[in-house]
Amino acid sequence: MDYLSLASIICAAFAVSFGALGPALAEGRAVAAAMDAIARQPEAANTISRTLFVGLAMIETTAIYCLVIALLLLFANPLLA
Amino acid sequence: MNSPLASTVLFYVGPVPISQAIVTTWAIMVVLVLGAYLLTRKLGLKPTKRQAALELIVTTLDTQIVETTGAAPAPYRGFIGTLFLFILVANWASLLPGVEPPTAQLETDAALALLVFLSVIWFGVRGSGIRGYLKSFAAPNPIMIPLNMLESVTRVFSMFVRLFGNVMSGVFVIGIVASLAGLLVPIPLMALDLLTGLVQAYIFAVLAMVFITAAVEGGKSDAPASSPTQKET
Repeated sequence: MDYLSLASIICAAFAVSFGALGPALAEGRAVAAAMDAIARQPEAANTISRTLFVGLAMIETTAIYCLVIALLLLFANPLLA
Repeated sequence: MNSPLASTVLFYVGPVPISQAIVTTWAIMVVLVLGAYLLTRKLGLKPTKRQAALELIVTTLDTQIVETTGAAPAPYRGFIGTLFLFILVANWASLLPGVEPPTAQLETDAALALLVFLSVIWFGVRGSGIRGYLKSFAAPNPIMIPLNMLESVTRVFSMFVRLFGNVMSGVFVIGIVASLAGLLVPIPLMALDLLTGLVQAYIFAVLAMVFITAAVEGGKSDAPASSPTQKET
């Protein structure tokens, strides 16, 4: 196995692991803020949770981008072709 | 394990390869169109149970469109509703054994995003004419023209990568867990996938709606600064 594929595998792992860090922290903050808001105003729970889900999916997208890059590196690497 | 970026070719029609995603897409289209035709054949003023359920779906769609745009839902109902229903059914098609959701293929999502891109242009031109639509690119000032043009492409790009990544990662994780752990273990993940599929379909439709509204509102000369658009990754 030459060093290009080795580097690709290591970089894919790094992309996923570090790419998951930021969104995890951000989602934690978002959920905490939403819980806080629901505790203060339980009657607004519907609107808050709907917005929360949309926001979470948006934040999660950054992690998904990293996953897509990692899968590109592993399965469709243009350098190895 | 198969690459999630490759598509399995089932058969050829002449020189054109027909992949599994295309077959699933056509099956979903047949189900949706036939279902819509059969369910709306006998509509009456005094609704039956079936019609009440259908009206519930349409009313929910309308409410969401009105909440997002603040405009009358009628011109957008068909396009946005179809997008939402198709993506939802496609995402949930993974529940059927042996069926891989077509939205887990990059090509399907790219086609959907291309539809959104074209419809933004169409609704923008229809709302305020070609001049008005082109003027909306120079929105704060003419320096922003290249950035605005770039944004109109990249936001659609991020939209389809988002849908693809979410659905594909769900399918991929279920495949890995099923091959590692066994038959019934991935069921909680599949339940999570249902939620992801619903949320992603909702987000895709809402984002398409937001982009269309931005194009329609931006074309108006007296567009208020606080149009209901949100900046987006």
